[in-house]
Amino acid sequence: MAITVKLFATFRVGRGKIVEMDYVPGMTAQTVIDSLGITAPEIAALIVDGVDGKVENMLKVAIKEDGYLAIFPPVAGG
Amino acid sequence: MFGYMGKILRVNLTTGSITTEALDFELAKKYIGGRGLGTKLYLDEVDPQVDPFAAENKIIYINGPLSGTATPTGGRYMVVTKSPLTGTIASSNSGGEWGAFLKYAGYDAIIVEGKASLPVYINIVEDQVEILPALDLWGKYTSEASAMLREKHPESKVLTIGPAGEKLSQMAAVMNEDDRAAGRSGVGAVMGSKNLKAITVFGKQKPVIANPDGLKTVTKECRGLIKENGVTGGGLPTYGTAVLVNIINEHGIYPTNNFQGGYDPGAEAVSGETLTEEYLIKRSPCHHCPIGCGRFVKSKKHPDGIGGPEYETLWVFAGDLGINNMEIVIDANYWCNELGLDTISAGATLAAAMELYQRGFITDEELDDDIKLEFGNEEAVVHWLMKMGNREGFGDMLARGSYRLADYYGVPEYSMSVKKQDLPAYDPRGVQGQALQYATSNRGGCHVRGYLISPEILALPEKLERFDLEGKPVWVKIFQDLTAVIDSLGLCLFTSFALGAQQYADMVNEVLGTEWSAEELLMAGERIWNIEKLFNLEAGIMPEEDTLPPRFLEEEMPEGPTKGWVAKLDELLPLYYKERGWDEDGIPTEERLEELGIL
Repeated sequence: MAITVKLFATFRVGRGKIVEMDYVPGMTAQTVIDSLGITAPEIAALIVDGVDGKVENMLKVAIKEDGYLAIFPPVAGG
Repeated sequence: MFGYMGKILRVNLTTGSITTEALDFELAKKYIGGRGLGTKLYLDEVDPQVDPFAAENKIIYINGPLSGTATPTGGRYMVVTKSPLTGTIASSNSGGEWGAFLKYAGYDAIIVEGKASLPVYINIVEDQVEILPALDLWGKYTSEASAMLREKHPESKVLTIGPAGEKLSQMAAVMNEDDRAAGRSGVGAVMGSKNLKAITVFGKQKPVIANPDGLKTVTKECRGLIKENGVTGGGLPTYGTAVLVNIINEHGIYPTNNFQGGYDPGAEAVSGETLTEEYLIKRSPCHHCPIGCGRFVKSKKHPDGIGGPEYETLWVFAGDLGINNMEIVIDANYWCNELGLDTISAGATLAAAMELYQRGFITDEELDDDIKLEFGNEEAVVHWLMKMGNREGFGDMLARGSYRLADYYGVPEYSMSVKKQDLPAYDPRGVQGQALQYATSNRGGCHVRGYLISPEILALPEKLERFDLEGKPVWVKIFQDLTAVIDSLGLCLFTSFALGAQQYADMVNEVLGTEWSAEELLMAGERIWNIEKLFNLEAGIMPEEDTLPPRFLEEEMPEGPTKGWVAKLDELLPLYYKERGWDEDGIPTEERLEELGIL
């Protein structure tokens, strides 16, 4: 099984819009960002399987088989 | 007198009289300037029960103490009047250059009263002020009228209305520099009701700064904070406000089909990333702005480039209409600017009309042509916008805005508005603080009276759990009061992504020679919020209107990451009133008004 990682804004530079990764039992969002070369302080918003929260908490969340992540650097507007 | 120019220009269009009067410095300091002072001046002169289109109504153009200074983004101005859309106080804000040049002409504010018998414009070059005929400008689109005025007054900055304002659409904007808009609450129609097409302004005066060296130091520090900040120094300059499309969508609060849904799998096509990669020519910053979120873009129809769409505009002409076509959005944005229409309300009215059509309230027989008002119909967007702005055929019904349209069919609940002003691009069911802010905003449905999206979604200044209720009334009050301060200083709200109340106090203290603490500045913001509320109450806008359309209170979000949620306003509202020091019915108490120095 594979998980889908959606990347946005500057996180796309050198990585692309979407990255597919093989699912490994027990993998967390932290595992994913480590493999993408993204550090926690760079992340403003992290959504795991449709659930958001404080980044430090979301990084510990286990990802489902065929689950997805959406990762955002600091962005704003209005 | 430091910071202010010390002079208010008064123009009576009925009598043709042009006078100046001294600014009351103590009153100015109490209400800061811009939105605060403009509202206070308006309240002191106009009966809140006034018909917005009557000659007795007045319209005030006012900058802030930091407008025209070296402070970052110090070029904004406010248009203050009674809104013909909502019946509330209207303070509509715009960037560009015009606000700074009003100050360079030597004025803190212009108060326009009365009504001209024929179309006119006001030309201001410092002490030389004239009311001039505008018959040749009447009926012209924004860019054409602006070009004609620039030819007559090459150095001047031009503020104008388009055909929508002339024809009294309750959604008409005031435009400056062609594509900057004091967009919301129908302020352009108040100009139209006075037969006032435009105001041109030029001057070379500068405000006297109390502590020039201190201001230089503080400005450098604030500019540094803005540059170093990931949002104001990175995300916004690179992608513009359009960068919000994806993050709002991924949280499931990106409204689709008139807020019937909250997630659009095709939103990438109108995202900030797509706009930047495929359409951006260059950035287009406002006066003294180190952020530069404004876009100058090209499209197939506009290959030479035009002002680009903001996030709200992208959403309302895409997801909210069931469409995902950047070419359509850019064209719709262009025509809203030309017609002088608020993009949010114009698009939201199309969305409401499409839902009314979907549900059989609007019928084919009523539409005077074959272009159906159906979700997903790309052909309908600009076609009906033009008819709306020019009030042609069924467009005359649309020009009244979504609330009056839906109310005509006996179903106002299909207008996604608060106090008759359309909600912007965030479904309140998934952001409980923003839901409370929408309901209590003094000018109706609005995101720039307190942007709770910042903590609830963007994690600025910190991440709040978006579905939680605890603490949200406190956050809403602080955000509303701070926003009132920034709007009154003459700065852009986007600076608040990088700066806090202390930095605003530091800047204004160096300019005015005051010694305000951050707390005192926030209290001034609270004072401003309360006088706006008092105006609304006297205008007959009662606390029962502090609510949301039933869709958000009763219908669970049907899809996406916000699935199953409603806005829990009934739990939040009493806590908010308490936090404001108001009574349980939502009326400011005498005690609180006395503490704020209002009574």
